[in-house]
Amino acid sequence: MRLIGAGLLLLLPLMAVSLGVGAARIDLGAVLTDPWATLVMTESRLPRTLAVVLTGAALAVAGVVLQALVRNRFVGPETTGTAESAALGLLAITILAPTAPIWIKMGAAAISAMAGTAIFIWIIRRLPPREVMLVPVAGIVLSGVISAVVTFVGWQTDMLQYVGTWLMTGEFSGVIAGRYELLWIAAAAAVLAWFAADRFAILGLGDSVATGLGLSPKAVLRMGLAVVSVVTAMTITTVGMIPFVGLVVPNIVARLMGDDLRASLPVVAIWGAALLMACDLIGRLVIFPYEIPVGTVLGVLGAGIFLWLLYRRPARATA
Amino acid sequence: MIEISGVNYSIGGAQILRDISASLPKGKLTALIGPNGAGKSTLLRLIGRLEPLQSGRISLDGMDIRQTPTEALALKMAILGQQTHIVSRLRLRELVRFGRWPHHRGRPCACDHTAVEEALDAFELQPLATRFLDEVSGGQAQRAHLAMTFAQCTDWLLLDEPLNNLDMAHSRALMARLAEMVAGTGKSVVTVVHEVNYAAAWADHIVALKDGAIMAQGAPDEVLTEACLSALYDTPVTIANHNGRPLVLHHA
Amino acid sequence: MQLPEISRQNLILLTGLTLLLAAFSALWMLQGLPPEGNRSFILKLRWTKLAGLIVVGAATGIATVLFQTVAGNRVLTPSIMGFDSLYVLLQTSLVMMLGIAGVAALPVGEKFLLEVGVMTLLACILFGTLLGRGARDIPRTILTGVILGILFRSLNSFLGRVIDPIEFAVVQQNSMASFSRIDANLLPYGLGLALLAMVGAMLLASRLDVLGLGREVAVSLGLRHERVVILTLALVAVLVAIPTALVGPITFFGLLVAGMTHGLAQTARHAILLPAAGLIAATMLVAGQLLFERVMGQAAFLSVIIEFAGGLFFMYLLLKGRIR
Repeated sequence: MRLIGAGLLLLLPLMAVSLGVGAARIDLGAVLTDPWATLVMTESRLPRTLAVVLTGAALAVAGVVLQALVRNRFVGPETTGTAESAALGLLAITILAPTAPIWIKMGAAAISAMAGTAIFIWIIRRLPPREVMLVPVAGIVLSGVISAVVTFVGWQTDMLQYVGTWLMTGEFSGVIAGRYELLWIAAAAAVLAWFAADRFAILGLGDSVATGLGLSPKAVLRMGLAVVSVVTAMTITTVGMIPFVGLVVPNIVARLMGDDLRASLPVVAIWGAALLMACDLIGRLVIFPYEIPVGTVLGVLGAGIFLWLLYRRPARATA
Repeated sequence: MIEISGVNYSIGGAQILRDISASLPKGKLTALIGPNGAGKSTLLRLIGRLEPLQSGRISLDGMDIRQTPTEALALKMAILGQQTHIVSRLRLRELVRFGRWPHHRGRPCACDHTAVEEALDAFELQPLATRFLDEVSGGQAQRAHLAMTFAQCTDWLLLDEPLNNLDMAHSRALMARLAEMVAGTGKSVVTVVHEVNYAAAWADHIVALKDGAIMAQGAPDEVLTEACLSALYDTPVTIANHNGRPLVLHHA
Repeated sequence: MQLPEISRQNLILLTGLTLLLAAFSALWMLQGLPPEGNRSFILKLRWTKLAGLIVVGAATGIATVLFQTVAGNRVLTPSIMGFDSLYVLLQTSLVMMLGIAGVAALPVGEKFLLEVGVMTLLACILFGTLLGRGARDIPRTILTGVILGILFRSLNSFLGRVIDPIEFAVVQQNSMASFSRIDANLLPYGLGLALLAMVGAMLLASRLDVLGLGREVAVSLGLRHERVVILTLALVAVLVAIPTALVGPITFFGLLVAGMTHGLAQTARHAILLPAAGLIAATMLVAGQLLFERVMGQAAFLSVIIEFAGGLFFMYLLLKGRIR
């Protein structure tokens, strides 16, 4: 509970700052009276702040779920080929059915993300069981291979520009009302994960333990895959690739409060939101009024935290 | 003679060796014995400059191992560590050839060739000489490593648990060969042995380590006593006599 | 070291590779040459590109074999460990310190040599610490390198944005590999440095053979392990900087080449491995570029295809259990 409180204490002021910062100067006190201020607030500032919070929370939760499925702490949705697979699916549907409605495109991205993650899990189940560190390496290489395919296809079909926005570093500067609502679906998937938290925690202990406790490992695996894929696909298509949130936040929370997922998932969500909010603010303020994409900020900060985690905990620590 | 004085060694706050002073006689087979984690291997690796010396002094035939160039040391002593995985894909003969490297440093001559073939003969490796290292058994690979160390033709041989992976016959043959070498050619051997009876049967000098300190050192008769070994291994043992050498009994 | 039965086989291999490279090079120079007109101009253009491809290939191949020997591992490559990202970051930092105009005012050659010098220093410090004592926990070392790569790339784009949010794209161009854009001004410097580094590597060949036995055996044979490691890492840094400056970072090419080299040359002798790796890599690039540029008319794809094939090869090694 204390961690939730601390997280909120961090997150809420950050959100307030986020509402106040932007290229357009508005008087926060006059939001309700000044129509211009109201417009900026409801069309741009609020959607952006909400988008950051939803993305951060959902990605962090997806990271926890993925780590339980893979039984390895050193993976996140962006290091398992999930994000690149989502982009591949999106690219395929855009080529095959350019006029398809948005929900079909999202569905294609999510299904493709699921397939990519399933391939990853298939691969790592064939690795020697004790090679903890090879799992993320395999994931990063798989991401590279899929991303080469996406680039190749994008090139061939003159769609490299779209591909660029999905695979390059994510940013929230384009978020306005009407262009971020898909993220609510990601948040819903994260809530679903909380309801199934015990199942993921048990699966994290191993297939035989899960079976022994009367759970079907395959069913839990499928549900977990669905959560991770939906979150990743929605994030990728709305704001692009956001690295390290799903990787470092679950690690830090697990270090502080262990792996009781039902208790820790809300904490993970809040801290994920706070981390992303903080990074987004850094990106917005460093070269104000220009912006550094949040993905870039996280790439630097997240990699630093990750290296610290890598050398702090004993090398063999698995999920 | 190897002279060790005031050697301390610690890894990350854990004291592995404390104030070790000893001298290992030249022209003798010296065995380092002691329970797991006593620091035997560490001491051997320090002598063989595989680990950097933290404090104290070690000298080999009067040469300070910290001052003497590593190339010169390689002509005086050969050390065989516990087997590690070798990435290079090598045939056994190629591995043994590396034992001559300190002598020719890249430009071998006929005498190097002879030494390699002798070492291969000595360890019965001729039939396997063209096999790759990753295609032979652990024991065969161990013999190949030993042959490489022999091919180095040094006055001193330092061996870290050379009997690992070897069956009874090859273990016995190795110890007999070491003893013969010491007696016949005046070479000196220092070896870590896990099984105390190999030390009892072949060693001329024994150093017993426990918890990073020397508990006893001297001739086998002086060290391999019931009181000393029982305390060393925290296990009651009986010493019998077999063909004029002590035999340590500790089963039931 | 005389190895009669193997060395004949390797002689055939090296000769064959040299002939193959010569054949592709001739084809590259002469294929589809117009009977008259701008022949000399076209030849000059083609020559520049050919030389560039060969330098890039040979440097990458040799750097990878060297690095794998130092790391004691057949999966680590300088690119996977973030060497080329470090170089790109260095280029951006230079812009940061001197300003875009300041860098533009520097003579191309001096700037390149400066970058290579700093790169060598940094790489020796960073990777010397990481690998100096023969990387005990190899998977963690790989992961560290991969993450360092991400860190360098992110820092690079971070700096890029800070320097100039609008002209960001210009800086960013450095981080994409393209074999079509070989800087002719840089080529003489690259060629010279690469030759020097290759001679240095060949002089170390016998010591590298010993280094390949692992730290312990090497030290016991009287090799000055730390010194050879640092020297080799310095050579690797130079050999990575050259292709990165000429065409940009290519992640998996080195892995592909090193895998093929160790597969084709059944020996652990660097006197054979190093030239073989250089020849294989150069041949692959010349043949590949010939295929994509002349036959398929799509020059830009080569780097993408190489990344794809290299990545798949890595996965294959991983699943075969060859990566440990």
